[in-house]
Amino acid sequence: MSDGKFNRPDLLDLDTKEETFLDTTEMVLNMGPQHPSTHGVLRVILKLDGEKVLGTECIIGYLHRGVEKIAENRTYAMFNPYVDRMDYVAAVSNGLGYCEAVEKLLAVEAPPRAQYIRVLMTELCRIASHQVWLGTHALDIGALTPVFYAFRDREEILKIFEKYCGARLTTHAFRIGGCIYETYEGFEQDVKVFCEKFLPKLDEYEELLTTNRIWVGRTKGVGILAAEDCIALGVTGPVLRASGVEWDLRKKQPYEAYSKFQFDIPTGLNGDTYDRYLVRIQEMRQSVRILQQAIEDIPSGPIMAKVPKVIKPALGEVYHSIEAPKGELGYYIVSDGSTQPYRVRVRPPSFVNLQALDKMVHGMLVADVVAVIGTLDIVLGEVDR
Amino acid sequence: MQGKPARQQAVFLPERHCMPEENKGPEPVSPSPEGAKAPAETSPQVKSDTPAAKTAPATAAKTEEAKPTAAKAGEGAKPTAPATPKPAVPAAAKAAPAKPAGPVPEPWKCELVESLRKQYGSGIREASTYVGQKYLVVDSGITFEVLRRMRDDENYDYCVDITAVHWPKREQPFDLIYILYSFPQNERVRIKTQIAEGQPMQSAVNLWPTANWLEREVFDMFGIVFEGHPDLKRILLPDGWHGHPLRKDYNILQQDQEWVHINLGIESAQ
Repeated sequence: MSDGKFNRPDLLDLDTKEETFLDTTEMVLNMGPQHPSTHGVLRVILKLDGEKVLGTECIIGYLHRGVEKIAENRTYAMFNPYVDRMDYVAAVSNGLGYCEAVEKLLAVEAPPRAQYIRVLMTELCRIASHQVWLGTHALDIGALTPVFYAFRDREEILKIFEKYCGARLTTHAFRIGGCIYETYEGFEQDVKVFCEKFLPKLDEYEELLTTNRIWVGRTKGVGILAAEDCIALGVTGPVLRASGVEWDLRKKQPYEAYSKFQFDIPTGLNGDTYDRYLVRIQEMRQSVRILQQAIEDIPSGPIMAKVPKVIKPALGEVYHSIEAPKGELGYYIVSDGSTQPYRVRVRPPSFVNLQALDKMVHGMLVADVVAVIGTLDIVLGEVDR
Repeated sequence: MQGKPARQQAVFLPERHCMPEENKGPEPVSPSPEGAKAPAETSPQVKSDTPAAKTAPATAAKTEEAKPTAAKAGEGAKPTAPATPKPAVPAAAKAAPAKPAGPVPEPWKCELVESLRKQYGSGIREASTYVGQKYLVVDSGITFEVLRRMRDDENYDYCVDITAVHWPKREQPFDLIYILYSFPQNERVRIKTQIAEGQPMQSAVNLWPTANWLEREVFDMFGIVFEGHPDLKRILLPDGWHGHPLRKDYNILQQDQEWVHINLGIESAQ
């Protein structure tokens, strides 16, 4: 460094640099489980050649709580709050998927008003989840400001949640057969105000990042995942859409009232970290569109279908999945005709998406691993269950 | 927080999985294979089974509700045998409004099933739809072939999930379930197979790389071995752990005491 080479970037030859400073032996490095950029307790074993990643291995399970085993020892209704603890930044979506799966097993359908409330809550939750992603992802990469903006605006959503059901994070907002809570007085107004205020805030985020040179430099071309790799690896959600596959369960297999709303599925072109950023930002805009439509035509009527007090589905099994903020969240429930599920399998989007990490960071730099973990938007509570 | 033991008594119901043999009756996994062969013995057993299975205090008062539901499920199993879904309709219509009518599996007829049946004969044990969801029950020996065919010829390009269910009283105690999705057709199908204890299955990693972690989780939780898997080891539990927690004979309070003692330095993690 003393030869002044770094002041003359045009003289810097990376290849000779590598030969002089680094030997070519492989190095194995542990990243996590206590590392802020792993978003929880993910341990990644990195095999490195200098700063280049040759391979990764994820060690997960630190947050394993045996959710699926617990389900077998609870009644259907008792298990409902547990699902909130999986993807704890999008608890509402978890609850929606579970309630719908059991409803399918019972052959009941939530009444129209309940469906609208569910859509409203889930879309608010999607925005909140994406805001957590945006804030932490940008923070990992080194942009300090967005996290304050994102969490400030997310607070408005959490306030609505709190007013609606008393909880901010693990909401337990829905019940099997509909919703238990009617909307509070001023709910419509709150959502409308939020939508109005939020759209300019989204522009603010974009001003901070979309054309920011450092941001573009750190995300463009990083962690590229082609569409066929996504499909082979089972990757869903914004990651799949950023690779150019227009696939969203809200459109492809509409549940609840989603078929009644007009919205687009944003897709990317290159499948890199930058495209995934753009796709999620656009998704927030689409969620606002859905919110605005839903709040306009929310019907009146009952919010709970007729569901017996003791839920005892007939023998059978059902797989139902929804488009959670992270991807396809599925529940496979087997009933043996008793009051407790015989088996509940959760198909967690984060778990499956995390598997793509190795493919995405291969040959990239260590710093890109941080960016890629952020862009996959994993929640370890859901990975480990 | 005052009564920890009381709380445990109220919610943990380990005895549910230690039911005497006769209570378990026919395995309810796929209502039709057993139900279709012997509908007459299915329904009475289900009836007698359900009230006896009650352990939850909250539900004990509602026992009478159980009978009609179970009876309906039994009725539902009968009409599947003659392969006509028509008799199922009155059963569903009869349902009292407050009670969930048990949906019935209906035969799934399409070209795909026909050609699979032509190729594999009785290897395709069942092809049904249940609440509009399609599933195939196939012999474990041809599972990989069927999966490959679904991927290559039928465009089921996305393996959604691989999971298992443990039925300890059955001769082949594990159900292995592959959930597949086809992007071009926007359709989902489940391929189910029954396997015996210790019977290895051919790994699907070569068909779908996503099967890697999914199969590792099945191995971790159920102890099902996948042959040809590149790195079959535990994924959620630590490597040295003994036991497979999602088996029904693994009590919810059970843990690997030795592992906990050695690695955490405490007597119990409970």
